[in-house]
Amino acid sequence: MIALLVRDLRLAMRAGGGFGLGLAFFLIVSTLVPFGVGPEAAILSRIAPGILWVGALLACLLSLDRIFQLDFEDGSLDLLATAPIPMEGIVAVKALAHWLVTGLPLTLAAPVLGTLMNLESPGHYWIFITLLIGTPALSMIGAFGAALTVGLKRGGLLLSLLVLPLYIPTLIFGAEAATRGTAGLSALTPLLMMAGITAGSIALLPFAAAAALRVNLR
Amino acid sequence: MELRVENLTVARGGVPVLEGLDFTLSPGQVLILRGPNGSGKTTLLRTLAGLQPPMTGSVSTDPEQITYGAHADGLKATLSVEENLRFWASVHGVADIAPAVDGFNLRGLLGRPSANLSAGQKRRLGLARLLVTGRPIWLLDEPTVSLDVASVALFADAVRAHVAGGGSALIATHIDLGLLAETLDVGPFKADVNRPRSDTQRDAYADFDEAFS
Repeated sequence: MIALLVRDLRLAMRAGGGFGLGLAFFLIVSTLVPFGVGPEAAILSRIAPGILWVGALLACLLSLDRIFQLDFEDGSLDLLATAPIPMEGIVAVKALAHWLVTGLPLTLAAPVLGTLMNLESPGHYWIFITLLIGTPALSMIGAFGAALTVGLKRGGLLLSLLVLPLYIPTLIFGAEAATRGTAGLSALTPLLMMAGITAGSIALLPFAAAAALRVNLR
Repeated sequence: MELRVENLTVARGGVPVLEGLDFTLSPGQVLILRGPNGSGKTTLLRTLAGLQPPMTGSVSTDPEQITYGAHADGLKATLSVEENLRFWASVHGVADIAPAVDGFNLRGLLGRPSANLSAGQKRRLGLARLLVTGRPIWLLDEPTVSLDVASVALFADAVRAHVAGGGSALIATHIDLGLLAETLDVGPFKADVNRPRSDTQRDAYADFDEAFS
């Protein structure tokens, strides 16, 4: 399983691997919003946590179809399915690799990009914490969606439609926790709800995704 | 480890393609699978590899004993030959890739990205993967496609060595590999698509017809 993780990370770093795609998109969104909304510092700092969360979510969505599609096309997925790694393990490792390549860089970049939107001082801390807890759920739910659509040519549209509703709870609680934290209110309840979604996704979705993959490989 | 197939029916997209298959693949045996294009050889191999369930019948073997060599080699274009091979070796818990490298004459290509390989070289790398899985039963789907004569000989040697070491191989191919092997022609097992599969299914059809009469 570690070999698979190392291979996926190495592939992501190589040319055309997709590392930086989400990050570049996130950078573009956070740069463009101040131009679109206007330079009023009060409005920007009020919407900053929500915009950062939406931007991170969409950036995450951008690279989902790569999780299994490339392996499916070159035949690696068939070979992995017959390898001595359980399918659930393959899904979990691939979701982890996606998070390390997409979610983690987004989390690290968000506090810095928040400065572009005049994010108030405790906000940097809160956007970091909420994204750190929330983005693993985005990768895991996305891996499940990718497993469902793996055999489809150009399945990206269907994948987005399937996954977006599942992302909404994470977005609501994540953005709410970040907004409350930034305003100096107690953010414990939405934070715990989001942590629950993440823990539940990580515990259950590898099994669902593995079942979907088995059906799609037939 | 023996691969025994009893009364197997395999289906592609829900339509049976081969039925009533009975054969045994013992250690040390090579079985050549023959049949025209579209006769269900690939479907049979995928079923035996555990990638899809049989429609009826049974395959008695541990999936952990089988390695499947498909049409696609499963290579990553941006990884080098050595990285590709090492990946499959470590997935299967095998440390030494030297026999696979030498067996398929890949020594001079180790550092090359597999995107820059020719079709035949890719195939050789794909076949070298079989040696790093360390598994006794090989299921191969047209392994010699795009190989030159010398490479086919390398492949035949690898199969001979594998079989001599107690392994076995089921190979779907259209060419003569020069191996000491039995042949299984899938032609006589072609499924009759129009015949209902079972009594329960026939009853279901009857009920369906009645409902609309």
